[in-house]
Amino acid sequence: MALTGIQIFKMSPKKNCKECGSPTCMAFCMKVAQGAVDISACPHFSADAIAQLSEATAPPMKTIKIGAGENEYSLGGETVLYRHEKTFVNKTRYAATLCSCMDDATIDAKIEAAKVVDYERIGERMFTEALFVNCAEGTDAAKYAEVAKKAAATGRPVILNTTCADCAKAALAEIKAAKPVLNAANAANYAEMNAIATEAGVVLGVSGTSVDELYDTVAALEAAGNKNLVLDVTMDTIKATYEAAVEVRRGAIKNNDRTFGYPSIVNVAKLADGDVALEQALAAAFTMKYGSIVVVSEMDYAMALPVFGLRQNLFTDPQKPMKVAPGIYPLNGADENSICLTTVDFALTYFLVSGELERSGVPVNLIIQDAGGLSVLTSWAAGKLSSTSVSDFMKAEVEPKIANRKLIIPGKVAVLKGDIEAKLPGWEVIVAPLEAVQLVKFLKDMQAAGQC
Amino acid sequence: MPFNRKPQKFNTAINVVEIGTGDKAIKLGGASVFPFYTFDGPIGNTAKVGVEISDMGLEGEPAGVKAYYEGCTTMAEIAKKAAEMPGADFVSLKLEGGDPNGVNKSVEELIAVVKEVVDAIDAPLVIQGCKNAEKDGELLAKAAEACQGKNVLLMSAKEENYKAVGAAAGLAYNQKVGAESAVDINLAKQLNVVTTQLGVKAESIVMNVGTATVGYGYDYVISTLDRIRAAALTQADKMLQMPIITPVSSETWGVKEATADEADAPAGWGCVEKRGISMEVQTAAADLVSGSDAVILKHPASVAAIAKMIKELS
Repeated sequence: MALTGIQIFKMSPKKNCKECGSPTCMAFCMKVAQGAVDISACPHFSADAIAQLSEATAPPMKTIKIGAGENEYSLGGETVLYRHEKTFVNKTRYAATLCSCMDDATIDAKIEAAKVVDYERIGERMFTEALFVNCAEGTDAAKYAEVAKKAAATGRPVILNTTCADCAKAALAEIKAAKPVLNAANAANYAEMNAIATEAGVVLGVSGTSVDELYDTVAALEAAGNKNLVLDVTMDTIKATYEAAVEVRRGAIKNNDRTFGYPSIVNVAKLADGDVALEQALAAAFTMKYGSIVVVSEMDYAMALPVFGLRQNLFTDPQKPMKVAPGIYPLNGADENSICLTTVDFALTYFLVSGELERSGVPVNLIIQDAGGLSVLTSWAAGKLSSTSVSDFMKAEVEPKIANRKLIIPGKVAVLKGDIEAKLPGWEVIVAPLEAVQLVKFLKDMQAAGQC
Repeated sequence: MPFNRKPQKFNTAINVVEIGTGDKAIKLGGASVFPFYTFDGPIGNTAKVGVEISDMGLEGEPAGVKAYYEGCTTMAEIAKKAAEMPGADFVSLKLEGGDPNGVNKSVEELIAVVKEVVDAIDAPLVIQGCKNAEKDGELLAKAAEACQGKNVLLMSAKEENYKAVGAAAGLAYNQKVGAESAVDINLAKQLNVVTTQLGVKAESIVMNVGTATVGYGYDYVISTLDRIRAAALTQADKMLQMPIITPVSSETWGVKEATADEADAPAGWGCVEKRGISMEVQTAAADLVSGSDAVILKHPASVAAIAKMIKELS
């Protein structure tokens, strides 16, 4: 059971020495209770108290690291079931599938295909982060190791999906330095696989034919001393997989059952069995419902664009608005002679406005200035969007690059028109409609009238 | 020690709202557990999939949608074909031609379309407005009158026009009212409160709590859906226990991922229609696991995939 700040405070040294960085012991204990800081930040807690508290304040879900070097990823470590309760911390990672049953040319092609998706969206790099290597029944260990080696050569973390001990050993002998996941343990073989994974120093993936069997296997592995696990919750059916994904995460976070306090793998490629659109649906559903690694058959742009957009939204901290970088965004083939339109850097506003502008087909330079990631009215009220901020930005960033001298400002801050005109000599300031949806008609009318 | 299951089953449930008449009528809602938590308790009526058609016909639709409706020339034919789409539970007619900032069709012209469609199909009908609150107030009220006895759902009753839409649909003509709010739990609740104060029965209201495409401010949609379903079940909030319907296709087919032709798109993006389907399917899947009781789609491939996902999860 989680402790409250007051309960922790009773055991604290009550010195208010500030060495932990908090102004008082009370403040520090409150943060510990929320999981915001670790109790070890205080040098004065007695060893006794720490021992008592560490069990109670330990995060309900472990953070497990896979991969090596710059491709090392943290999985799990979540503290809530819904993003609005606080925030999700370690985003879902996606793996494309390879199989030892494929011939060399197909494997090379699949590996190249996995590299195709690579782009940036609101400051985040989106790409296929991992490779999932299936082991076909009866695969020769040397062949499996060769496929694993090819996958590891991409630098991306590899998930070795095999229940064959010889294949696991052969593959790990080649690539264990890259810290792959050995997704191999089940109720029948966990002791053997545990030894192989522990010896190689890699994360062990555990699966089961039911939630209960999975639980028992994890408990047995923990009893054997291995707490470096991920749980493959993929079951025979989509329904059973959904149940397992929810039970594992809910068990850990809501019911404080540490046995299920591990990240999960969901193999939607297996569940969809070749149905492309169903696989896309499941990738989204299991990104929402608790997959730490989602395995897809292949990551093309059709899969990637929505799923990475969804992930970016899902893992945004609700307390920190998403912002786009300030600058000039030319739309519909706009150049230095095209009209300018300004709005704030709040990502939602940006997307709404840029979407409508694109729909209008009229060439426009969208000017985004730093407004603290707030919406138009909020940033205006907070003084972050003002005639001065607009005119300073226009003078410094826009005037040297854009020859057109017409600026459209958001309809909600029409009140700024006069001040901006006074501070920006030579510019004509035009007030846009109140809502973004009205921009299409507004711009088309302007275009028809020869005003832009 | 074996795994100790702690189901989250509640002694309350989402309202059940019936749309349509006869054999093809559908029921939305009824769950007393979180979305698709079949392992916790009864999930009520399975989530439903609607097919969106527009008074603007097939102009500008993706090739796969056009191909599906090939040979259909009248709205009646299009509506019939939509009702037959594999996986479809209902048809949703969007009256986008009424938008005063767009084609600006007259109310009479649009009501003629509504009549043509509602008479052509047995499947339940959900009518969406033109996005202009003032015009919708008149348009949807007339549509409610035109569809008497068909038990249709009239969407787009917003803060600005809920009195006109609610009074006509919910009171005068005994239809169902779709209360539309903009991605905020408080606004959603407020609208339900004032709509019921108008005299509309809570059991006649379906909520559209706002929608977005994944990647486009969808974080707010997730949290609004999550919080509404949590309030409805854990706090038994009567004013948030209405089932939720989410129009998906009207959002997802407008973003650049779904509209940029292969030639204009960044390298590697590939076929625009495949991207469009994926945007639609993934947004719908995310809506459903967060608490939507119905989604409105338009591409046959998306309808089939989402219907299959719902069947597998229910």
